[in-house]
Amino acid sequence: MTSTCRLPPQPGEWIDRGRPLRFEFEGRAYTGFAGDTITTALAAAGVRLLGRSFKYHRPRGVYSLANHDVNALLACPGQTNIRSDVTPLWEGGRFTAVNTFGGLQRDRVRFLDRLGRFLPVGFYYKAFYRPRRLFPFWERKMRGMAGLGAVDPAAGPLRTPNDFAWCDVLVVGAGPAGLAAAAEAAAARLSITLVDEQPRPGGSLLYQRRGDPSTADLLSGLLSRVHSSANIDLRASTVAAGYYADHWVALADLQRLTRLRARSVVLATGAFEQPALFRNNDLPGVLLASAAQRLIRLYAVKPCDRAVVLTANADGYRAALDMHQVGVQLQAIVDLRPDGEPSELSRQVRAAGIRVLGGHAVYEALSQSDEHGIGGVVVCPLDTSGQPRLDQRLSIDCDGLVMSVGWAPADSLFCQAGGKMRYDNRLEQFVPARWPAGVFTAGRLNGLYDLERQLADGRRAGRAAAAYLGSASAESADPAGGHPVPADGTLNGSPPSHPYPVVAHPAGKIFVDLDEDVQLKDIEHSAQEGFDSIELLKRYSTFGMGPSQGKISNTNTIRVLARLRGQSMAETGSPRARPFFHPVPLGHLAGRGFHPRRHTPLHSRHRAAGAQFMPAGDWLRPAWYLARQPDDPARETTEALRAQAIADEVRAVRQRAGLIDVGTLGKLEISGPDAAQFIERIYTGRFAGMKVGATRYALMCDESGVIIDDGVVARLESDRFYVTTTTTASGAVYREMQRWAIPWDLDVLLTNLTGTMATINLAGPQANRILAALTDLELSEQHFPYLGLRQGNVLGVPARVLRTGFVGETSYELHVPAHWAARVWDGIMEAGRPHAIRPFGVEAQRILRLEKGHVIVSQDTDGLTTPFEAGLDWAIKADKPFFVGGRSLSILSGRPLKRRLAGFVLPEGYRGPLPQECDLVIESGEIAGRVTSIAHSPTLRQAIGMAYLPPERTKEGSEFHIRASGAMVPATVRPMPFYDPRNLRQRIQGT
Amino acid sequence: MRKVVFRPILSDFSYENNEDELKLLKCPVNGWRPLDEFLFGGELRAMPDPGQATDAQWADYVFNRSGEPGIRREWWYHLASGTWFVAEHDTLNDNFLRTYLYHAGAAE
Repeated sequence: MTSTCRLPPQPGEWIDRGRPLRFEFEGRAYTGFAGDTITTALAAAGVRLLGRSFKYHRPRGVYSLANHDVNALLACPGQTNIRSDVTPLWEGGRFTAVNTFGGLQRDRVRFLDRLGRFLPVGFYYKAFYRPRRLFPFWERKMRGMAGLGAVDPAAGPLRTPNDFAWCDVLVVGAGPAGLAAAAEAAAARLSITLVDEQPRPGGSLLYQRRGDPSTADLLSGLLSRVHSSANIDLRASTVAAGYYADHWVALADLQRLTRLRARSVVLATGAFEQPALFRNNDLPGVLLASAAQRLIRLYAVKPCDRAVVLTANADGYRAALDMHQVGVQLQAIVDLRPDGEPSELSRQVRAAGIRVLGGHAVYEALSQSDEHGIGGVVVCPLDTSGQPRLDQRLSIDCDGLVMSVGWAPADSLFCQAGGKMRYDNRLEQFVPARWPAGVFTAGRLNGLYDLERQLADGRRAGRAAAAYLGSASAESADPAGGHPVPADGTLNGSPPSHPYPVVAHPAGKIFVDLDEDVQLKDIEHSAQEGFDSIELLKRYSTFGMGPSQGKISNTNTIRVLARLRGQSMAETGSPRARPFFHPVPLGHLAGRGFHPRRHTPLHSRHRAAGAQFMPAGDWLRPAWYLARQPDDPARETTEALRAQAIADEVRAVRQRAGLIDVGTLGKLEISGPDAAQFIERIYTGRFAGMKVGATRYALMCDESGVIIDDGVVARLESDRFYVTTTTTASGAVYREMQRWAIPWDLDVLLTNLTGTMATINLAGPQANRILAALTDLELSEQHFPYLGLRQGNVLGVPARVLRTGFVGETSYELHVPAHWAARVWDGIMEAGRPHAIRPFGVEAQRILRLEKGHVIVSQDTDGLTTPFEAGLDWAIKADKPFFVGGRSLSILSGRPLKRRLAGFVLPEGYRGPLPQECDLVIESGEIAGRVTSIAHSPTLRQAIGMAYLPPERTKEGSEFHIRASGAMVPATVRPMPFYDPRNLRQRIQGT
Repeated sequence: MRKVVFRPILSDFSYENNEDELKLLKCPVNGWRPLDEFLFGGELRAMPDPGQATDAQWADYVFNRSGEPGIRREWWYHLASGTWFVAEHDTLNDNFLRTYLYHAGAAE
């Protein structure tokens, strides 16, 4: 296709004419250049229709070319909602418009445009509210219609990086003010980060030449100062999308989200050009003056052939001259101001032969016959009250309408930082009124539209930021704290923004918000229905809620609402722009996760043994070991293999020997003269009288008497204890111990050995025999009894060995330095081979301890469980002077229990689905309790479990029902332990 | 466009007078650190004598917390170094006034 609209080379253009790029749009082939965005390449090819609107599927084209053209969202294989106006074109791209049914040209639902009057504001709230049973039907219909692009599930996972950065001064916006501020602050030897949303720095200097070629030299001068400053980190194509406390700013670029901490921030964010409101102000060919100037200067694209300019400021006249210069035929300048432009520009446009209609407005834009663009405008003079005089209307033929009627400051970041804006009646825009500490504003955000003043303001802001940071070499500190005085008194001529660029029309559509197809009448109706405060209006009419977040609709809506309510702009106020004020791709937010998992020193051994891992707190632990590959993968499911492996592991421990890595337990050493007293205060039991070489079960409660942890306390020396905690609570327990030690003012030293020590539990009837061959410790029952602690060598490795009873067999818990763990593990596995020793995982351990009726804190207890409910009252020694939770437990001990943990069995031969943990006990249709643990016991060949039950139902033989997968499963209370109730198996077997 | 950035030492700058301190917190041992290195440990409150307090007084200590905005002393924990300290926090405007290591009488 020929480039019908591409201009001859323009000075400073961004395109590289030596690098053509071929691409497809809606199935047709086009060619653009490197440096083009998708939109500009299409515009150069004469394509005006770029997308369909959200609600009415109206044709839409170039509008802002400033990242707000959300009606021109495209999809290509693997990506959707591509912002066509700013996304760089790439070779071979195959693009289609989103939100069309059957293609852009012949969208099947464009008829919705004609149904507009049946779709008033709030239609969906009102129409589908009743009958409720039909809502799912309508919801499906609406979901089919609503939304923009569709996600391509075949696109595959996206890996996005996360980044963090810091600097002394963050400058947002690399226009004239921002460049000047950055250069000034850099001179004070501060580290500067300068970000700009555009692919190249320069801001308005890039495309608004103000009729003066010397601006190009000015820009290159500013840029060379910035580029030559080694302490300025310039980041283009980067949106500062959200402002958080302490100058913590989210920077979104094309690849990633960077969280930047600045010590001070200069906001030179500029202003968004605002459209005028009149009938059909959304037709392709109606665009902002800044968009027309960007097309010409940056991309060498002629915005149209025959243009009408609608303006109320000097910028419109400059845009007219820019277009005139590249051969656009200017049909007229329509100036809303009765007196027209007061400056020299007025003479220049007349000299160029351009007709100026002062005190006129565009009454409506007319469609071309193909419906896909503007074909002309109807213009009326305005009477003294600002109403169009229809009797004097005239039609002007054109294929482009260029609007320049006002600007809105980009103040979202400033407001998020805690700044306050006020409305300036001379400027007809909001300007900063109160600055948070360390935040400075410059340029158009301050209401400055004159280049010299913008540059001076930028330098001032840069100096003020440096002075705020106390930089000695800052040229001069601003005595007023660096806050600028906006331009009130010195405004040249008329304000850059018109107070009310709105012309009503009895028929036809006037769009306030192009994102969501919100019309002027929708705003009026919403206000009439009572949604007449700005935040309510936003939510009811949905203005400002689309992807451009109100950047080119908020200001006009405020103007309309202020007039409807007879209020000032200040009274009406702005809707709050929360972070992110500019949409950020979800992939950026997901980022690369940082969820470190701890591996025990035996991880490689587990993996080699076929371990299937599960998360446990911060750790990965073997859940079970896949001991063999399936004989026939088609017939043996993983679930069957898993069940069999767990049962085999349980049998190994009960009949021979098993080995489990319990190194994830928290391990603390508590030493010092007050160590015993400290432990007595922390745990519920008695420990002061323990002998050296003894261990004891320890239960920890919080101040309300709720169980929070348990473990074992072992006495190494009279003033030195070794304590284990549960895996998941180890961090919190250590932390709480640290805290209690402070106000108690006890002389104790806490040492966290959780990562330093590895722990291996060797259990089973053969455990004693296996270990005896590997250690210099005397292991007889007499020398090393149950619950004893001995220190000696195991396989030449110094070890603390604890006789424990968690799984209910002869059992040795070996605590060894982590770097020796593999040696000990391998040695025991080797020595156990004649006894068919097996490594066992967490699943088998859970069954083994359930057979013994041992509670797992946080599985069999919850956030309200007391020791009385869990059957652990034996671990409380209430005759101590003090322990954490003691006072609460003494109160609770006198009160009736509401529930009690009880063991239960399912009927022998029960073959139905096994209830799960947290399944409910139901009695007379009411919830009476809850299952906390349940498993099929390979030892007892029966399903066993624990459940909370009303205390009166916990007598042996008492029957109850568990609701599981809809069925009621009968269960019978049975005393615990289920297995070896006399605890004979924990003694050393065969002695 | 990325460059190697010269980063001057920040030590001459003090946040002491910055009224908008929100997401940085000063550990008395380790200095200013981002808030996500810290863990909130609840309000610092004096424990009534468990032997003397009535059940109602004890229950009030265990279960009731004041949500009234104002300056209160809080426990904070610097995770990376394992440091507990006390922060005076104005919960009306979320400003931290000062931080210090616990000392006897800090809870009164």
